[in-house]
Amino acid sequence: SALAMSSASTTPPSVDKVDGFSRKSVRKAKQKRSQSSSQFRSQGKPIELTPLPLLKDVSAQEQPELFLKKLQQCCAVFDFMDTLSDLKMKEYKRSTLNELVDYVTVSRGYLTEQAYPEVVKMVSYNIFRTLPPSDSNEFDPEEDEPTLEASWPHLQLVYEFFIRFLESQEFQPSIAKKYIDQKFVLQLLELFDSEDPRERDYLKTVLHRIYGKFLGLRAFIRKQINNIFLRFVYETEHFNGVAELLEILGSIINGFALPLKAEHKQFLVKVLIPLHTVRSLSLFHAQLAYCIVQFLEKDPALTEPVIRGLLKFWPKTCSQKEVMYLGELEEILDVIEPTQFVKIQEPLFKQISKCVSSPHFQVAERALYYWNNEYIMSLIEENSNVILPIMFTSLYRISKEHWNPAIVALVYNVLKAFMEMNSTLFDELTSTYKSDRQREKKKEKEREELWKRLEDLELKRSLQSDGIIPT
Amino acid sequence: NIKEIGPGVEPLASKMAGADSDDSLYPIAVLIDELRNEDVQLRLNSIKKLSTIALALGVERTRTELLPFLTDTIYDEDEVLLALAEQLGNFTMLVGGPEYVHCLLPPLESLATVEETVVRDKAVESLRKISHEHSPVDLEVHFEPLVKRLASGDWFTSRTSACGLFSVCYPRVSSTVKAEIRQHFRTLCSDDTPMVRRAAASKLGEFAKVLELEYVKSDIISLFTALASDEQDSVRLLAVEAGVSIATLLPQEDLEALVMPTLRQAAEDKSWRVRYMVADKFSDLQKAVGPEITKNDLVPAFQNLLKDCEAEVRAAAANKVKEFCENLPEDSRETIIMTHILPCVKELVSDTNQHVKSALASVIMGLSTILGKDNTIEHLLPLFLAQLKDECPEVRLNIISNLDCVNEVIGIRQLSQSLLPAIVELAEDAKWRVRLAIIEYMPLLAGQLGVEFFDEKLNSLCMAWLVDHVYAIREAATCNLMKLVEKFGAEWAQNTIVPKVLGMANDPNYLHRMTTLFCINALSEVCGQEITTKHMLPVVFKMSNDQVANVRFNVAKSLQKIGPVLDSNCLQTEVKPVLEKLASDQDMDVKYFAQEAISVLSLA
Repeated sequence: SALAMSSASTTPPSVDKVDGFSRKSVRKAKQKRSQSSSQFRSQGKPIELTPLPLLKDVSAQEQPELFLKKLQQCCAVFDFMDTLSDLKMKEYKRSTLNELVDYVTVSRGYLTEQAYPEVVKMVSYNIFRTLPPSDSNEFDPEEDEPTLEASWPHLQLVYEFFIRFLESQEFQPSIAKKYIDQKFVLQLLELFDSEDPRERDYLKTVLHRIYGKFLGLRAFIRKQINNIFLRFVYETEHFNGVAELLEILGSIINGFALPLKAEHKQFLVKVLIPLHTVRSLSLFHAQLAYCIVQFLEKDPALTEPVIRGLLKFWPKTCSQKEVMYLGELEEILDVIEPTQFVKIQEPLFKQISKCVSSPHFQVAERALYYWNNEYIMSLIEENSNVILPIMFTSLYRISKEHWNPAIVALVYNVLKAFMEMNSTLFDELTSTYKSDRQREKKKEKEREELWKRLEDLELKRSLQSDGIIPT
Repeated sequence: NIKEIGPGVEPLASKMAGADSDDSLYPIAVLIDELRNEDVQLRLNSIKKLSTIALALGVERTRTELLPFLTDTIYDEDEVLLALAEQLGNFTMLVGGPEYVHCLLPPLESLATVEETVVRDKAVESLRKISHEHSPVDLEVHFEPLVKRLASGDWFTSRTSACGLFSVCYPRVSSTVKAEIRQHFRTLCSDDTPMVRRAAASKLGEFAKVLELEYVKSDIISLFTALASDEQDSVRLLAVEAGVSIATLLPQEDLEALVMPTLRQAAEDKSWRVRYMVADKFSDLQKAVGPEITKNDLVPAFQNLLKDCEAEVRAAAANKVKEFCENLPEDSRETIIMTHILPCVKELVSDTNQHVKSALASVIMGLSTILGKDNTIEHLLPLFLAQLKDECPEVRLNIISNLDCVNEVIGIRQLSQSLLPAIVELAEDAKWRVRLAIIEYMPLLAGQLGVEFFDEKLNSLCMAWLVDHVYAIREAATCNLMKLVEKFGAEWAQNTIVPKVLGMANDPNYLHRMTTLFCINALSEVCGQEITTKHMLPVVFKMSNDQVANVRFNVAKSLQKIGPVLDSNCLQTEVKPVLEKLASDQDMDVKYFAQEAISVLSLA
């Protein structure tokens, strides 16, 4: 365990530097910092757009018509990987998009019924695309720079335009819902896998607005986010927009009506809890923990299944993740009701007792910090007759054995606190410590004995039956 | 949930009394306590020995007590569940043979519904395994209802598991039940959740194989078409593989109407993942559809994939170039390659993406056997030469590692002038793994280029690697020398490499002196007794006085290693005194290895 600790605690192993060779480092040096969308067969003839007059230069009557024409022009998608092609037209589209952004922000009466399908079409043409292959099998979001979207100069303005459109006072969801439908939302959700954080940020706002304005799409959006998370957890372990989706969910959960629907509880237990198992947890843990706590504040009865879930998935080898779990658990304990605490205290403190005796000092330290939390301390004190016997063995042992003096000091304080809380029980445990250990050893021996007998039996049987019994 | 061992459980030993006389006295409580132990690792160990527990209980109590317990208490760490799912697949004899195998279904059914994919997959695997042990009647009475329950489960996990079970029961049930199974499969193919549709799509090919041809045509084709145009590309790409399986099942005259439109559409899918899958499965597809469709449809499709806008797709297609060309119908093979494929291949040689070039380089040499000598010299050779100069070492390595194909067709001489600079550059590459890779091809190259060319151009490289600053390279270089001697013979060794190797014994760097010893270890056997005794042994003896202890204990190790090559007289009169002296060395490691050598060589 000392080995596991040293590799986890200090700097990450720097294999690259030692042998000077890794495919990754070779590739990184040459990697382009931006990437185009995977637009299949989009390359081809140069794009020609006939310049149109500015909207402000025509009469109010003519504006809606011109607005539509401009939207149609902006459906043309350019190849940004080729930095030299269509320069003039790219600039023309950029300025047109800028004009459209201003127009939807300030104009009144522009939003005719015919405009809705054209707006959605223009947005769809520009943003919906198959995301390019990322260097995914090796892309480490914690270490590597994200690959940026090459067509951002246009894409950003399209997103900007779309958000202003959704937020515009004239915007009518009842008309828009014909075009902003399930299929649209599904494609939008897939874009959250974009490697470009700027794009994910815009998407977050867009989805939030859609969720707010289209009541009919809400259940569908939640279900699709479920599917994305389940695929992420159980199939691919790769999706760039988990943090953003969780952030939106955080505000959605906040608005859930009480009592919570079965669907929402299932989401918590079957989707959010398993999200903790993912390797890249650190990238979205803050948002995830926020969602969990939101749920518990809504319905304290969920505390037990949540904590049991966390205990089931408790990290076995990854100390960094263990520290995150401990952090989240403290957030949960901060809001726990004493009646709930009693239900879960035994399994919970068995785990905490293991953490406290972790040879990784950051894990031990994080667990021991619980004793600095006044609310947790008061809960422990109320239930010291249950918690102290669970914790005692570990604490007593570490106070003599842990390699890290800071941990020993912290443990000493914790023991002292326990002693003050319940000195009778404390003395009793101290005096029986040795005999308890001996009893454990004896039990262990008996186990071994049992298995030896069982194996002898198996051997005897398999000889008798000519080895038809699988061993 | 795992309960603690209650205080009421008596000590184990007392319950074990009398166990020898009657196995049925093993109390299940004791065994079950083992399966409930608080420590996951102990629980896991117990589950892995579940067969032992079953054996102790006997078949009847396994059926009536152990299995119900397992079924009821399935909530544990996934690791334990995984072990359980695996164990149960081998439990048939332990519950009393095929007659009772259906007792295993309840726990496996629960395991097939858990979230964790590996557990579920293992449960499905075990269910598939034991399905074959069911009689046709039991299959309909017990197994098929389980499949149906899973197929209509609430949560996606059970429906996903069901997808993998249809094909194992379909062939052995009545036609009424068959119709139900087909209906269930159809339902899952249009399931609401993409996870289930993916599972169904991935089992579509397998299911098609067990269906009667009329149902393949009526049912499977429409499912295939629907899945291949699913809104999610992760579903569409799985349909591609199914399409290949389905194509092998259909008579040639039906292919065009039933599968080709869908496959053509997949090759031009807007998602690169789907096109990648088509490229990846291209050879299988080619075999499945036969020569006519290959000529008319697949050739243009393959050209498009080789020119795809996404490097990932081009690389997958480039990997298939040789296989595709090999499998072209013989009558038009050369024409198709020369007019349709080669132009694309030429472009790929200067692709912007190194993975594409590297994929191509790993197969391009294979084209020479297909195209013959003249075409190879005129059309392929320039491409090989270009790739040998590629900036990416992986591309060059892939070319060099496949030289044998070209050697057979045009002889390696055509290449040797360009080969040499490429080899030299790789031999000196800054990355040691590249150097290691080229060393590994040295014996092969030496065989093809011949001893003269080798001595003149490559020998010095091989010697230079012996003093590389990376140990792995020095080690590989040592091994390389041995292989060269195997090729060129002991006499060649004595004249060319042995003097150089022995010369390093005087090097001021002790690592290089040790390399001499490592080389001697590797070479003594292939060089034979005479060279070893006359030339190598004196150097080893001399090094026994080295001031560095590492060298001295390696002397002891070397003597142990080359001992079997020497004659007994030499061992007794010359080797023994040196080892005895080392055995009294002041360094404890030197002593240790000297003593070890003495005992291994039986010189004590």
